[in-house]
Amino acid sequence: MGTNDIDPDTGTAPRFVSRGFTGRARRPRSARLPPGQYDVGSGFPVLSAGPTPNTHLSRWDFTVQGQVDRVRHYSWADFRALPREPVEVDIHCVTSWSKFDTRWEGVSVDTLLGDVESGAEYALAFSDGGYTTNLPLADITGGRAWVVDTYDGAPLRPEHGGPARLLVPHLYFWKSAKWVRGLVLGEVEELGFWERFGYHRYGDPWRQQRYAGD
Amino acid sequence: MSTPPNPPDRRLDINAAAGPLAELFAVDLTLATVQCDGCSNTTDLARYDVYADGPGLVIRCQGCDHVVLRYSTAGGRLRLDMTGTRLLVIPGG
Ligand SMILES: [Zn+2]
Repeated sequence: MGTNDIDPDTGTAPRFVSRGFTGRARRPRSARLPPGQYDVGSGFPVLSAGPTPNTHLSRWDFTVQGQVDRVRHYSWADFRALPREPVEVDIHCVTSWSKFDTRWEGVSVDTLLGDVESGAEYALAFSDGGYTTNLPLADITGGRAWVVDTYDGAPLRPEHGGPARLLVPHLYFWKSAKWVRGLVLGEVEELGFWERFGYHRYGDPWRQQRYAGD
Repeated sequence: MSTPPNPPDRRLDINAAAGPLAELFAVDLTLATVQCDGCSNTTDLARYDVYADGPGLVIRCQGCDHVVLRYSTAGGRLRLDMTGTRLLVIPGG
């Protein structure tokens, strides 16, 4: 799909699909709210653990490294030329707000991993500013995670993680690393920024996995 | 008689730290000076940047953005991470 949002077959803008919550999208909102969460409505809180980076697109790249047959680098132009997908999902922040039907566009992590050969089971996402978060590789493949650069039809704003952030909607939103710059694949799980501070290594909002031991 | 105790015998129960730690947490940390483990700079804690809207409070060095302290009371548990602080000095003792 091109970046002009026009489907060449129908001449119309593509319909947003609910890849992350297939089968859950039409359920009433009350059934889509994980335990301990509230609906934040039209708001979109900005949560930052550090200054907002200001990386020029000419210096931006996305790297797949670690336990891989060969390191993959995508420049911004490379990234923008990859096949793109619209994504409409609910997101759940560990600070208890949830936001329904958020609309994003970006590149599936499956596409970014492409033909990477790896025996790794885990990924550590890393970002400008030093932020990291750990994820099982199985949770960011199979159409469950994206690197998105568009929110609600407009370029993703820096305070929300632009130029690009990870989107892993089935886990608490701290896993959806803002300002993401790459993935380090490995056999062992290296904990990320909040996980090393005692936040849950997996972070399933439906099981309220907020802290280690939950 | 003057034989020093074996090193393992010098180990103390955690209760021996409870009193001193209670004093630490009773003082006003905003008066402290902190040496950043990222760049070695030493300055008043008041001159560090605080990010308070995330899952935990994050205090960063103004010089190098290194995280010197993280603190949270979420989930009914107090968490303190000071791996980024090389030295904390509190006046008054
Ligand atoms: Zn520093």
